[in-house]
Amino acid sequence: MPVSATNSKLIYDALKECDIRLVSALPETWLVHLIRSADQDPDMILVRLAKEEEGVGISAGAHFAGVKSAMLMQNHGFLASINGIVSFAHLYKIPLLMLISYRGSLGERDPWQTQGGNVTEPLLRALRIPYFSLDAVDTVRKRVRQAQTLAESSLQPVALLLTRDLMWEE
Amino acid sequence: MLRLDCLRSVYSELENCLVVTIMGAVAAELQSLGHRPNFFYLQHAMGLASSTGLGLALCLPEQTVIVFDGDGSLLMNLGSLSTMARYRPRNLIHIVFDNESLLSVGGFPTATGTGTDLEGISRASGSPRVSTVRSVESFKAAVSDAMQGRELTTIVAKVEARGPAAYVTDLTLLENRFQFRRHIQSLKAR
Repeated sequence: MPVSATNSKLIYDALKECDIRLVSALPETWLVHLIRSADQDPDMILVRLAKEEEGVGISAGAHFAGVKSAMLMQNHGFLASINGIVSFAHLYKIPLLMLISYRGSLGERDPWQTQGGNVTEPLLRALRIPYFSLDAVDTVRKRVRQAQTLAESSLQPVALLLTRDLMWEE
Repeated sequence: MLRLDCLRSVYSELENCLVVTIMGAVAAELQSLGHRPNFFYLQHAMGLASSTGLGLALCLPEQTVIVFDGDGSLLMNLGSLSTMARYRPRNLIHIVFDNESLLSVGGFPTATGTGTDLEGISRASGSPRVSTVRSVESFKAAVSDAMQGRELTTIVAKVEARGPAAYVTDLTLLENRFQFRRHIQSLKAR
């Protein structure tokens, strides 16, 4: 499978350095190594979801409990989470660290991913969610840490877009 | 059976639990009995009260977490039943007040009024301990039993579609949220 195991591990290790202790996830191709890492880590609570919006509630519960968490989702999962983001995370000032695989962007071969790719960044902007791309090996660690720091200090969702350049080995 | 009477029957037992409610009548009625710092009212985001309870229960296995859900809210997030059943935290009690109605927005009937069976869906989702109760006495008994903490419990309480006179209280959303988190942190510091 041409999903980069090396770069997935880089991201996972960066989450661990931020003391992330709970990860919610709904599988998608680009996330397989990240989800496996969480599953094999005895110190990580992995919550496999039926739908991504559940992850907003689970991360809120973790925040109340004093546990740092992250959400792994495809951009279509972000689309499916928007009401939860607005009417829970924004309304109640809940920090969310959202790692969103950016499908449907340049280089996408799957036709069914392409519409989601078109609207991902416009929607993040419309929702005023700070977002940054993870697109190069040498900035992954720093950006994950900075995104987690911003989510905690601002008490709001912050998104990291996992790009093809980082996640996929052509 | 009135939801308010159900809440009143277990109110004193909620003192040492973490309580998450849905919006609308449930939140207003519990507050009418007396707000406590261990109560969090999710005044929007319908469907996510159970997910919030699951997150709390998984992160705080020593605490008993009670979610007061409703048929309208749960029908918006039925997948949550499968996620809860998958991890089945022993310290989570999921109480669903089923009045077969979207009471807070005009009383339109939900699908439980035309035969959808939330107990059956919960059971079929894999929840290990599910019951439906129709009297305050059996409600109180079911909650007390669930508090023994043996396993994830879902209680569907069939209640009348009657709510409080007013839904808005003087507790602001953020005040509630910060107080709730601070309360939990104080428990951990003990």
